[in-house]
Amino acid sequence: MVPEVGYFALLLALLISFAQAVVPFAMMRRRDSSVAAFVDQAALSQFLFVVVAFACLTYAFVTSDFSVEVVAANSHTTKPLLYKISGVWGNHEGSMILWVLILTLFGAAVAVFGRNLPDTLRINTLAVHGLVGFGFLAFIVLTSNPFARLAQAPDDGNGLNPILQDPGLAIHPPFLYLGYVGFSMAFSFAVAALIDGKVDACWARWVRPWVLAAWCFLTVGITLGSAWAYYTLGWGGWWFWDPVENASFMPWLSGTALLHSALVVERRNALTSWTILLAILTFSLSLIGTFLVRSGVLTSVHSFAQDPARGVFILGLILFATGGALTLYAIRVPNLKYGSPFAAVSRESGLMLNNVLLSAATGTVFLGTFYPLIIDMIGDDKISVGPPFYNKTFVPIMVPLVLAMVIGPMLKWKRDNLHSALARLKYPAGLSVLVGLVVLILTFGRGVFAAAFMAIAVWLVVGSVAVLAHRMRFGAVPFTTSLRLAGTTPRAFYGLVIAHAGMGITVAGITGMTAWATEKIDMMRPGQSLQLSGYDLRFRSVGNVPGPNYEAERANFDVSRNGHNVAQLSSERRFYPVRQQQTTAAGIRTNLLTNLYVVLGDPDGKGSWAVRFYYHPFMPWVWMGALLMALGGFVSLSDRRLRIGAAQRSYRTPHPVAVPAE
Amino acid sequence: MALCFRAFTGAVAGETLTNGHRMSAWHGLTMVLAVLMAFVTSAAAVTPDESLPDLKLELRARAISHDLRCVVCQNQSIDDSNAPLAHDLRVLLRERLTAGDTDQQVIDYIVARYGNFVLLNPPLHMNTLFLWFGPALLLLIAAFGFGRYLRLQSIAPKSEIPASLTPSEQARLDALLNERSST
Repeated sequence: MVPEVGYFALLLALLISFAQAVVPFAMMRRRDSSVAAFVDQAALSQFLFVVVAFACLTYAFVTSDFSVEVVAANSHTTKPLLYKISGVWGNHEGSMILWVLILTLFGAAVAVFGRNLPDTLRINTLAVHGLVGFGFLAFIVLTSNPFARLAQAPDDGNGLNPILQDPGLAIHPPFLYLGYVGFSMAFSFAVAALIDGKVDACWARWVRPWVLAAWCFLTVGITLGSAWAYYTLGWGGWWFWDPVENASFMPWLSGTALLHSALVVERRNALTSWTILLAILTFSLSLIGTFLVRSGVLTSVHSFAQDPARGVFILGLILFATGGALTLYAIRVPNLKYGSPFAAVSRESGLMLNNVLLSAATGTVFLGTFYPLIIDMIGDDKISVGPPFYNKTFVPIMVPLVLAMVIGPMLKWKRDNLHSALARLKYPAGLSVLVGLVVLILTFGRGVFAAAFMAIAVWLVVGSVAVLAHRMRFGAVPFTTSLRLAGTTPRAFYGLVIAHAGMGITVAGITGMTAWATEKIDMMRPGQSLQLSGYDLRFRSVGNVPGPNYEAERANFDVSRNGHNVAQLSSERRFYPVRQQQTTAAGIRTNLLTNLYVVLGDPDGKGSWAVRFYYHPFMPWVWMGALLMALGGFVSLSDRRLRIGAAQRSYRTPHPVAVPAE
Repeated sequence: MALCFRAFTGAVAGETLTNGHRMSAWHGLTMVLAVLMAFVTSAAAVTPDESLPDLKLELRARAISHDLRCVVCQNQSIDDSNAPLAHDLRVLLRERLTAGDTDQQVIDYIVARYGNFVLLNPPLHMNTLFLWFGPALLLLIAAFGFGRYLRLQSIAPKSEIPASLTPSEQARLDALLNERSST
C-alpha cells in the first residue's frame, strides 16, 4: 500500500512540475499577479508530494519491505537501522528520489524566501526550475521507478555493499546533491535572466546566496568523500583523479569561478556574459557528474550505459538543458551589455583572470576524464589517464591561480597599480620565502617542490590575513581604531579571509603528504614490532570479533615513540556473509597534525599477518583546510547584505474591497 | 632528519633489528637511503620479499610502478594495490630491471603485453596530442578571450549611445508630453 502511495505522489509531483513549467510561459504576455501565486503554490506542493514519496520509500526500507524491488536488491534484515535509512539513497533509484527531494526543496525555498525578488524573475526562475524538475521526475517515472514491485517477494534482501555501510558515506550524497541542486538553482536564475533579457547587479545580488550555499555544500561533500576514501579503502589514499571524483570536482571548479564572477556582476555590473555561461556550464557539469557516473559510462571504459534506456535519457536531458540554455544565450547575448569599464590591473581583471584559470582547470580535468572514453569510441586503442597527467597539467594551471588569490583582494576596483598592491603584501611575501628556505634547508636541499609549495601555502594564509589587516589599517592607525574598523567589516570579508586561508592550509597538507609520507609493510607475528619515522608499532594480539552483520578478525597494536605510549590502534578484516565481500577497517590515530595509519593484511597461514604501517604528516590539514573553505563560505552567506534586498514594485495589486451593491 | 640521525647512530651502536640480525654500518646507511627514498616516492603495497636488494634498482622500480595502472582495480597504481595482478606486475618489472633493461624498455615490455591501458601516464602519440596540449590550448584561448574582453569593454560603451531617437520613440515622447501638458 505504502509504495503505491509513494508512486502516486511522484506522479502528482510530475504533473505539477509540468504545470509549473508550462503555465508561466503560456501566460507570459499577461503580467498577472495570479501567475506568481500559482507558481509559488506549484513549487510548494511539488515539494510536499516528493516528501511523501521519499517518506514512503524510507518506510519501505526501514520496515524491510522486500516486495519493493529496490529494497530487495539493496537491503537486508540484519543491516543496522542507520544503514537501512542511508541505503535509501545508496542505490540509483533512491538517490534520484533524494535528488528531486532537494530540487523541490530549493524550489519551495525560492517560493517562500524569495518574496523580495522581482515577480518576473521569480516566476521565470521557478518556471525553468519546474522544467528541470519535470525532466528529473520523468526520468524517475519512466526509467528508474523506485516503487517497482516484485511479483515474488524474497525472504531477505541482497544486503548493502559493505563499503557503503559507513556513516561518512551515509551523509556524503546528501551534501553533494545539495551542491548540485544549488547550482541547478543558479542555472534556473541564469536562464530566467536570459528570458527576461536583463542581467544586472540586482540579479547577481539575488543569485549569489544560492551559488554560495551550493558551493559550500559541494565543498563539504567532496571533503567527506575524500576522507571516507582515506579511512575505508585501506591504503591511505585520499584523491585518485578517479572519474567519479572528477565528476564532482569539475562543478566545484566551475562553481568557484561562477561565485567570483557573480561578485563582479554585483559590484561593477561587468562580466555578465561570462557569469551566465558559467552558470549554465556548472549545471551541465553537475548533471554530467551525477548521471554519467551512474549510467556506467565512466566506471569502466569498456562498457557503455548499464541500462541503455537510462543512458540515452540522461544524454537527452543534458543535451536539452545545455543546448537549450546555450541557444537562448546566443540569442540574447547582444542584449548583455558591457558594464563600467575597468583597467587591465584592477580587482575586476583579477577576478577575470580567476575565471580564465579556473575555466582552463575545469577543461583540463574534463579532458583527462573523458579522453579515454573518446579514444575508445573512435579508435581501437584503450588508454588510461591517471595522476601523472593531472600533476603535469592541472598543477601548473593552479599555481598562478593561488599566487593571484592573494593579490586579487588587495587590488582596488576599476583601476589599481600592481606595484603598490605588491608593496602591501611585502610581509606575506617575505614570510613565504623564509618558510620556503627553511624547508629547503631541513630537507638538505632536495625538497625543492616541497619548499616551493609550502612557501605558496604560507603566502596564501598570511596573505589572506594581510588583506584583513590592510582593511583594518593595522599599524597605520591606533589599535582601537583598527578594532572598530574590524567590527564594521562585513562578514563577507571575513568569509574571504577564512576561505582563502583554508585553501592555503589544504595546499600545505597536500605538499606535506606528497613529500614526506612514509610507509612500511612487514609480515608480523603477535609480539613483534616494526619501526617507521621514529614510531614503534608493536603487534599486540589478534582475534575474531563478531559484528552486527559481519565477522571480523581484529588486530590490536601499540604505537609508541621514544618509549612513550602514543596510541593503541586496531585494524579489522571484515567478512560480510550476505554479499560475500571483504573489507578492511584501518586503525588511524590523528593529532590533527599527522596521521598514523595501520592496516591488517592477509595472513600467511603460518602465524604471521601482513601489516602495513603508514606515517602521514599534514594529512588532516587537507580536509581541515577544505572545511575552512566551506566555513568561509557559510560565514559569507550569513552576511546581512545578502538577505536584505531592494524593494521592487510587485505586480500584486491590493485586493479590491468588496462593496455591497446598493 | 631526526630519523636519519637515529638510523645512523643505531647502525654505529650495533642495534638489533626485530628479526635478530645485528645492524651493521652498511645496514644503517641503507636505512638512511631508504628514508631519503621515502622523500622521492610515497606509500606503496610492495611487500618485503618483492623488494630488490640493489637499492638503486629498487628506487627505479618504485618510480616506474607509480606510473603503471593496476588494470583489475578501480583506480590504483601497481605500487598502491595489493591485488594479485599488481603483485605479478611488480615482480615482472623488477625482473626486467635486474636483467638490465632501461626504464623505457621495461615500460615498453609491459605495454607490449598489456596495452596502453596499463599506463597511468598516457603516452604522447598522435591520438593523445590533444590530451597533452589541450590544457595549454584551453588556457591560451581563455587568455585570448580575456585580452579581447579587456580591450573591447573599454571601447564598447561609447558606441552604444544612440545618436538620436527613432521616429516611433519620438512619436511616443510627443504623445507623453502632450498628455502631460493637457492634465
